[in-house]
Amino acid sequence: MSVLVYVEQVEGKFKKSVFEAVSYAKAVADQQNTNLTAISIGNVAESELKTLGQYGASRVLNVGSEQLQQFVNQAYASVIAEAAQKEGAAIVVLSNSFSGKGLAPRIAVKLRAGLADGVTSLPKTDNGFTVTRTAFSGKAFATVSLTSAVKVISLSPNAFGVKESPADAIIENFTPDVKESDFSAVVKDIVRATDKVSLPDAEIVVSGGRGLKGPENWGMIEELAALLGAATACSKPVSDADWRPHSEHVGQTGIAISPNLYIAIGISGAIQHLAGVSSSKVIVVINKDPEAPFFKVADYGIVGDAFEVVPKLIEAVKAHKA
Amino acid sequence: MKILVCISNVPDTTTKITFTGDNTQFNTAGVQYIVNPYDEIALSRAIELCEGGKGTVTVINVGESQTEPTIRKALAIGADEAVRINAAPRDAYFTAYQIAEYAKTADFDMILCGRESIDYNGAQVAAMIGEFLGIPSISIIKKLEYDGSTATLEREIEGGKEVISVSGKFVASCSEGTAEPKIPNMRGIMSARTKPLSVADAKEIEQLSSILHFETPPPRGTVKLVPAEETAKLVDLLHNEAKVI
Ligand SMILES: Cc1cc2nc3c(=O)[nH]c(=O)nc-3n(C[C@H](O)[C@H](O)[C@H](O)COP(=O)(O)OP(=O)(O)OC[C@H]3O[C@@H](n4cnc5c(N)ncnc54)[C@H](O)[C@@H]3O)c2cc1C
Repeated sequence: MSVLVYVEQVEGKFKKSVFEAVSYAKAVADQQNTNLTAISIGNVAESELKTLGQYGASRVLNVGSEQLQQFVNQAYASVIAEAAQKEGAAIVVLSNSFSGKGLAPRIAVKLRAGLADGVTSLPKTDNGFTVTRTAFSGKAFATVSLTSAVKVISLSPNAFGVKESPADAIIENFTPDVKESDFSAVVKDIVRATDKVSLPDAEIVVSGGRGLKGPENWGMIEELAALLGAATACSKPVSDADWRPHSEHVGQTGIAISPNLYIAIGISGAIQHLAGVSSSKVIVVINKDPEAPFFKVADYGIVGDAFEVVPKLIEAVKAHKA
Repeated sequence: MKILVCISNVPDTTTKITFTGDNTQFNTAGVQYIVNPYDEIALSRAIELCEGGKGTVTVINVGESQTEPTIRKALAIGADEAVRINAAPRDAYFTAYQIAEYAKTADFDMILCGRESIDYNGAQVAAMIGEFLGIPSISIIKKLEYDGSTATLEREIEGGKEVISVSGKFVASCSEGTAEPKIPNMRGIMSARTKPLSVADAKEIEQLSSILHFETPPPRGTVKLVPAEETAKLVDLLHNEAKVI
């Protein structure tokens, strides 16, 4: 019996969302009075693997095999499930990233495990095994009971936070049984804008709506985001009009996010937009219409013209940082 | 070419979400149901790929008889035929199993789903179907091309995209960008009434998870308004009071 956490590497490095998943898995392992093992697939330096110890992983299974350097959903799912079986893991934790979303369901089927994804809380064990997850695009939370022997939990970004719990991580090589049939989907190309903060797990998000009038006005949104170390996002009509890429569209039919700070500029706050952003911890709304529905769910607001307020806000942030 | 598209029946996006039975059941009173918006994207792409007699599109829904108007809507958008697996979808595992079992009975080149359903937001069904069938699953795609034997897909990743090529059968879950959602026209609506909609029984499978109860998020306090000229004060509040910057 142990807890296994999958640590997704990007170009040999772990991101904050991974440390968060490890922190969470460590807390779960503590609840269960057991140890935490991490599994990493692909080429990661030993020094980087060691950092997982800081968040409580006492062992790290390192899968360095040549064939698995690049993410292949089916093969990675097989490797993680195999490790879970060999480790006798009762609980498998992943982050609910784009790749995690593709892996967790396959792992769950392989292990005949109940799966809870988008999980926002530690398990409760007083009444079986229950976790809380978001439902109805953030309009509600559901308490899910997992009744299978093995359980898979996919953690919502920013739900738990990174918590240090230093342990000395022992690195072991793990050689899985790879099946050729797991490689029929082939990755041809990866395009990644490394200079930008990724939206789904960003701590701060600066978002623009139709109130910004056109794509040419996004300079100030990007400048504010860069100053704050934030990701940029937009409302649906903005991406529909191709002012911004679809990958920035947040809301019920876009990405659901839960940053610590969401700054909405020139967005009215339609129910479908709110669905995807309402689990943000703090919401700031800048809108020239005092009646904009977004103010009803905001923590802080400025009623004013974005074209005057945002440049001043940029100055204020610069002054604050100086 | 044969494409299977999974359709889920979800509350309209403007629905105010409330619960009954001591917060154990979603309150369906007065709720309008729609084809899950992401499934509509998957369906629209399937129809585009089959245009000009290149293939047929079957839609499948796991649901009880009240989902039939939603299935007819999918037929009106342009699917050729529909199957309903007669059972209330217990969870993603159950739903995916039913769809996989059905898919085994017919020779589909690909199975398309929406990236997630907007009610339970599982985003699980597509990958589970892939696993049940032992075929690749590509989650959250934003582009899909098919040349009759090889598919080229673009999948979303943090900060970018991955281009994937698959020869042979696969499952994909579609998000925005994959297609413009098609709107049913009058002819579609008329013909939907007579297109085949068959009903099959569900197969038993163990239950691994269940929803015990729901909660709505706590209401936020009232907004603290800062005058437009006092942006420095806002920064101060975010730093010292909210502690987020
Ligand atoms: C099925 C369905 C799904 C949907 N899914 C989503 C979704 O996932 N995400 C999403 O965002 N939307 C979604 N929508 C659309 C949603 O209903 C709204 O239409 C959309 O969110 C509005 O975008 P907006 O706030 O940018 O634009 P608008 O509603 O046009 O609002 C613009 C706002 O900008 C303000 N403004 C104008 N000029 C200025 C200025 N100079 N300075 C400051 N403020 C200014 C205005 O006061 C107004 O409040 C969906 C709709 C449907 C039907």
